[in-house]
Amino acid sequence: MKKTIITVVGKDTVGIIAKVCTYLADHKINILDISQTIVQDFFNMMMVVDTNDATVAFGELCDELEALGEEIGVIIKCQREDIFDKMHRI
Amino acid sequence: MINFYEVNETNRMIEEDCLDVRTITIGISLLDCIDSDLASCKKKIYDKITTVAKDLVSTGEYIEKEFGIPVVNKRVSVTPIALVGGACCKTPEDFASIAKTLDEAAHTVGINFIGGYSALVSKGMTTADELLIRSIPLALSTTELVCSSVNLGSTKTGINMDAVKLMGEIVKETAEYTKENDSLGCAKLVVFCNAPDDNPFMAGAFHGVTEADAIINVGVSGPGVVRNALEKVRGENFEVLCETIKKTAFKVTRVGQLVAKEASKLLNIPFGIVDLSLAPTPAIGDSVADILCEIGLEYAGAPGTTAALALLNDQVKKGGVMASSYVGGLSGAFIPVSEDQGMIDAVVAGALTLEKLEAMTCVCSVGLDMIAIPGDTKATTISGIIADELAIGMINQKTTAVRIIPVIGKGVGEKVEFGGLLGYAPIMPVNPYSCDAFVNRGGRIPAPIHSFKN
Repeated sequence: MKKTIITVVGKDTVGIIAKVCTYLADHKINILDISQTIVQDFFNMMMVVDTNDATVAFGELCDELEALGEEIGVIIKCQREDIFDKMHRI
Repeated sequence: MINFYEVNETNRMIEEDCLDVRTITIGISLLDCIDSDLASCKKKIYDKITTVAKDLVSTGEYIEKEFGIPVVNKRVSVTPIALVGGACCKTPEDFASIAKTLDEAAHTVGINFIGGYSALVSKGMTTADELLIRSIPLALSTTELVCSSVNLGSTKTGINMDAVKLMGEIVKETAEYTKENDSLGCAKLVVFCNAPDDNPFMAGAFHGVTEADAIINVGVSGPGVVRNALEKVRGENFEVLCETIKKTAFKVTRVGQLVAKEASKLLNIPFGIVDLSLAPTPAIGDSVADILCEIGLEYAGAPGTTAALALLNDQVKKGGVMASSYVGGLSGAFIPVSEDQGMIDAVVAGALTLEKLEAMTCVCSVGLDMIAIPGDTKATTISGIIADELAIGMINQKTTAVRIIPVIGKGVGEKVEFGGLLGYAPIMPVNPYSCDAFVNRGGRIPAPIHSFKN
């Protein structure tokens, strides 16, 4: 399974998770795990998703999520899990 | 599963500490392009480069997206042109026309630099080697992306002093040919002792004759990441310091390994090596000198600098070696002056001199790098500086190099602006005493006693 990590960082506001999740559902991307905290008004979320059946190419997914982030006023990054896995696991 | 903290750590390295994949370099063998007819040789070279490397830039951009890490440069290195052009080039102008072909091919595939306008003359020069060397000033002044290197010595062969003398003149001539651009040509010309075959970094990259048809080498960098990690262990002892550098180097190299494997898969070209070199850029925080300061020096160049650099270089290698199955190139730390804001500040403050830089090169990856000197420096003096640096490499069985820029029309205290990744540099004073009689002796310095290992 190709796992992808989506991170969302920015000022907290209503409906961040809803908007991101709606986008993911629309594009057949399954959410495997979500963790989220708020530190000093700052919203911080990490999602592990499965992009195997995604209806968009990876590059488009990144661009569209980035644009969605700009709409909401947060920074959304989308990266393959491998980079974290390689760096932090032997 | 990966946790929050780890994801944030990685992304902070990329966003705040300038962690990047400095370069994906495809090494391409041009040995099968050799032809007795110049025009057909050039056509073969152009066709081969534009075929093998046609997807390099798009692949680099794809990887950048996939992992969310910048891939700053995409480059190509080729077989030393002195070997490829030997059969068809009868004049320096013939060789320079091959440089133009390389430049055109590089523009066509959209890469940042192409390296390999090179000659390997550590023991002697063939006619072709000498013609290529004599064509360097013309080649570098009439092309934009071509980088040139010459290997002048090795631990096994000694130092070719005839070639050292010639290169002093060529460096000077290249400076003259490009004097309208602050002698920028010299920033694309480097001389080596013990040059490695698999170096992905410019200006010294070439595709060695011991390599396969094509190979992917990746260079990762991130001096900012190391500095930031060290900030957290201020005041701790050397064991803690070294352990921190090692762990950081490990993490950075793992990214290089991942990118190299991915690029190799996507381009269907075998993976060669990962080179983990702390290579600075003029960007704030992307500085090797800042690491030295974080280790405990007021400025790079202060007493203790060589020791600090030695431990830094060694720990970077130790961490890197475990992170990748094939570590190669020059792995360690680069200390170019113009590309490193901390080094520039040290020179301006008077803390860092040419002599101290020379001492530092005994313990780091490369050598005297991107150092601007007065334009009226004599060719023999440049040869003397080169000979000193190569002797360090020869005796210590390590790679050393010189990339020095005599800036025509400028003197000590003035500043030279190269722009982009090459940065700017204050012009440094050179020892004014002559070494003419030494350089003019001719011949070669024999290989040192410890080269007899057979």
